[in-house]
Order: sequence, then C-alpha cells, then structure tokens
Amino acid sequence: MELVTPSIGLVFWTAIAFICLLILLKKFAWKPILSAIHEREQSIDEALNKAELAKQEMARLTAQNEELMKEARAERDRILKEAKTLKDSIVQEAKTQAHNEGAKLIEKARIEIENQKKAALSELKSQVSALSLDIAERVLRNQLDDKSKQQELVSNLLKDVELN
Amino acid sequence: MDCSHVFEFKVNRLIVVFALFLAVFSGSSVAFAQADSTGVVADSVAAVVHADTVTSGAGHAAVHSEGEHAAGGHENEKFEPTKVIMEHIADSHMWHLWGHTSLPLPVILYTPQGLDFFSSGQFHHGEHDYTSKYTYRLVEDKIKVVGADGHVDEAISGKVVDFSITKNVAAMFLAVLIIVVIFVSVAAAYKKRSGKAPKGLQSLIEPIIIFVRDDIAKPNIGHKHARFMPYLLTVFFFIWVNNLLGLIPIFPGGANVTGNISLTFTLSLFTMIIVNINGNKYYWKHIFLPHVPFWLWPLMVVVEVVGVVSKPFALMIRLFANITAGHIIVLSLISLIFIFKTLAIAPVSVAFVLFMDVLELLVAFLQAFIFTLLTALFIGMAVEEHH
Repeated sequence: MELVTPSIGLVFWTAIAFICLLILLKKFAWKPILSAIHEREQSIDEALNKAELAKQEMARLTAQNEELMKEARAERDRILKEAKTLKDSIVQEAKTQAHNEGAKLIEKARIEIENQKKAALSELKSQVSALSLDIAERVLRNQLDDKSKQQELVSNLLKDVELN
Repeated sequence: MDCSHVFEFKVNRLIVVFALFLAVFSGSSVAFAQADSTGVVADSVAAVVHADTVTSGAGHAAVHSEGEHAAGGHENEKFEPTKVIMEHIADSHMWHLWGHTSLPLPVILYTPQGLDFFSSGQFHHGEHDYTSKYTYRLVEDKIKVVGADGHVDEAISGKVVDFSITKNVAAMFLAVLIIVVIFVSVAAAYKKRSGKAPKGLQSLIEPIIIFVRDDIAKPNIGHKHARFMPYLLTVFFFIWVNNLLGLIPIFPGGANVTGNISLTFTLSLFTMIIVNINGNKYYWKHIFLPHVPFWLWPLMVVVEVVGVVSKPFALMIRLFANITAGHIIVLSLISLIFIFKTLAIAPVSVAFVLFMDVLELLVAFLQAFIFTLLTALFIGMAVEEHH
C-alpha cells in the first residue's frame, strides 16, 4: 500500500522541478527550437515552391524556344520557297524574254531578208528589163536591118495600138 | 514521418509479450507476498535455503530463521527477495552507491516547531537516532519522531511532513539538469545554424521533437496544438529521460523516479489541470448537459464527472505500473541468483535481464509516448470546437 500512496514531499519537489523545467525549456529551448524548425520548414516550402515555379518557367521558356525555332524554321522554309519561286520566275522570265528577243531578232532578220530579197528582186527585175531591152534592142536592130521587116514591125505595132 | 501505423503494429505485439511477462512475474511476486504474509511457506523456503549455510540441526535452523524474520536484521545470510526488491523500487533517504557506501542526502522536515534541516548521514543507516527539534529515527526508510520513552511517537510523526531531497528527488533533479543542458545546447545550435540542416545532437533531437509535434500534437489537438507544444514536449522528455535514467543500474541512475506514484500523480495532475483549464463550452456542455434522455441525466453527469478524474488517474497508474513492473521484473531475475544461491543460474538471469532491459528501453520510450499521446488526446477533446 505504501507503494501506491503519494508522498507529499516528492509531489512537492516533482511539481517544483517540473514547473521549473517547463518554464526554463519553454523560454530557452522550445520557443527557439520550434520557431527555428517552423522557419526552416517554411523556407524549405518556399524553396520548393520556387523550384516548382522555376521549373514551370523553364518549361515555358523551352516551349517558347521550341515555338520560336518552329517559327524560324517555317520562316526559313517560306523564304527558301519564295526564293525558289523567284528564281523560277526569273528564269522563266529570262527564258521568255530570250525567246521573245530571239523571235524579234528572227523577225527582224526575216524582214531584212525579205527586204533584201525584194531589193534583189527589183534589182534583178530592172536588170532583167534592161537586159531584155538590150536584147530586144539588139534583136530589133538585127531584124530592122532590112526595110521590110521594119515595115512589118511597125504595122504590127500599129495593129496592136489600134486594137487598144 | 507517418510511421505510426507500423509502430503501432509492432507495439501491439510487444505489448502482448510484455503483458505475458507481467502476468507471469507479477504472479510470482504475488506468490512471494503471500508467502510473507502467511509466514508458513516463507519459513519452509527459508529453511530450505538456509540448509546450505547453516550447519546446525533443522530445528535450530527453523528457530533461527524465525528469529531473523522477526528482527529483520541484516547481519545474517537470509535473502528476502520481496523486501530487497521493494527497497530498491521505493524512495530512500540515502543514495546507495556500492557495498555499504551510500550518499547521504539532505533531510528537510516541516515540523510543528518549524523547519528542520540535516543530513541523512546522521542516522548512520538507521542505526542511530538524531536529535534536533525532535528526536528522529529512520524506520524502514521513513523518518519517525521518537518520544521521551524511546518509542516511536506516531501522533507527532503524523504531523511531521517530510520534504527531504530523497533519492528520487535527487535523481529527478539530475534528469532535469540533463534535459536543460541538452535542450538549451540544442536551442543554441538552432540559433547558431539558423536555416541550415541540423547537425550532431540537434539532428538526434529534431526528429523526436517533430515526432511529438506531427504524430502526437497535430493529429489529436489540431490547429491549436502550438499552445500546448511546450507542455507536451516537456512531459515527453521528462518522462523519457527519467525512464532511461531509471534503467541505469549504477549511481547516477537506478532511481525508480517514474515508477513512483508521487511523480506520476503530479504529472497527471498537471495534465488534468491543463485539460480542464482549456476546456471550452462544448467540453463542459458534454459533461454537464450530455445528449441523453433526461432520466439518464443524473447518471451520465456522474459518469462524466468521474471521467474527468479517471482519465488522468489512468495515466498515473499506467506510467507507475509499467515502470515499477519493469524494475520488479529485472530485480526478480537478478534475485534468482541469490534465491538459488548458485552462479549456475546467473547466465539465465543475465540473459533474461538483458532481454528485459532491451524491452524496458522500448517501454521507456513507449510510456513517455503514451503519456504524451493521451495528454494530447484529452487536450484535443477539451478544445475541440464542435461535436
């Protein structure tokens, strides 16, 4: 029974010791320790949040970069395509122009040839007429050596004139 | 930190083992106690034990042992485990160091004639009386006043209140000192290394503090836990350190501080006070206006009011019984060597004691944990906002 009977002395000293311990620890230990732990936890939380934000920012930046790259690539492709079209068109144009130029030249040459031909023909004509006149003159001269023949010719000519 | 489920699971198993041990060994100590009270069995046991050492006839031995039993002298060889164990787990005015050497402790007495202050060494292990304002005598480690006729005067003895620094008080002061040194240095470490990772002692203590906060205070009290943290932490470490010191068999430890009903009474009284001071209107309404049919009301109020006291009472008994039981078991196992008077039993004893000591290490933590947990639970019930 003595074992389970609290003794006043021990109760008294326990109370004193415990209250002193509580006050001392509360002031010098629990307050700084708990606040330090709390602060550290908060800073860790904050750091984690920041890391998360940084990660998101990073992802955003990467996505943006990707987008930019894509755009740049598209731009490049577009420019290349444009350049190609331009080149094609220039070549085409040059071709057409060359063609036209050639055609023009050919035409010119043709006209020239025509002209030349015409000139040559007229020359030939005049030459032929001169020659024929000459020949005719000679023939006539030969034929008109005798009077009869001259007579005949004149009459023939007159006949023609009459008929006209 | 959510390891409580595993913990509980293992703890449950260990509690079963522990309970079995308790059952077996408390049975044996009850047997000892009965033997003492009846005297018949004790005599026969004493005679058997005695037969080894005493060479005279059986009759002489029996007479001799009975004589010792009456006188309770200690020059003879008779071993009484119950007495020895009870002496060890009880409080004392001296702190036994080794052999016949004890550390005398200050005696402070509040007598009708004022305070009396002297060293317990004055009693010379109870062999001498000491006279100051009264004549005092140490009877079974209790200070009694001796009347003029040379006999103990119970009437005046009842008026003398003993405020001595006994073994338990001294051990408790030592524990308080250790706790203060540890935690003030840890707090200093927090100041010095603010914001950094814990290091050394700090990293040993921090998980325990966080365990108390996250696994004891927060789940049971909720968002108001911060206000009760100092008390819970102090109770936890006070009980734990005292438990651990009690397991050390040599000088600075060995006192059965937390296995003393006075200490557990005081602690549970504090818990009761804190719970009831912080009880809100819902708590009091639950006690005095419970949701029951009106004819049950008188009964329920009585039950609830008893509950206010019985909860801390259970705390008190639980801690006291667990720690005392542990000490009794260890001492009983050691006593086996002296009961059988042979060294052959020593390895068995030591093996069992080793097992018990390891178990007691767990129990030391467990009891501190349970006391704190239940305190937190009761506080949580008292400050809960709605039902």
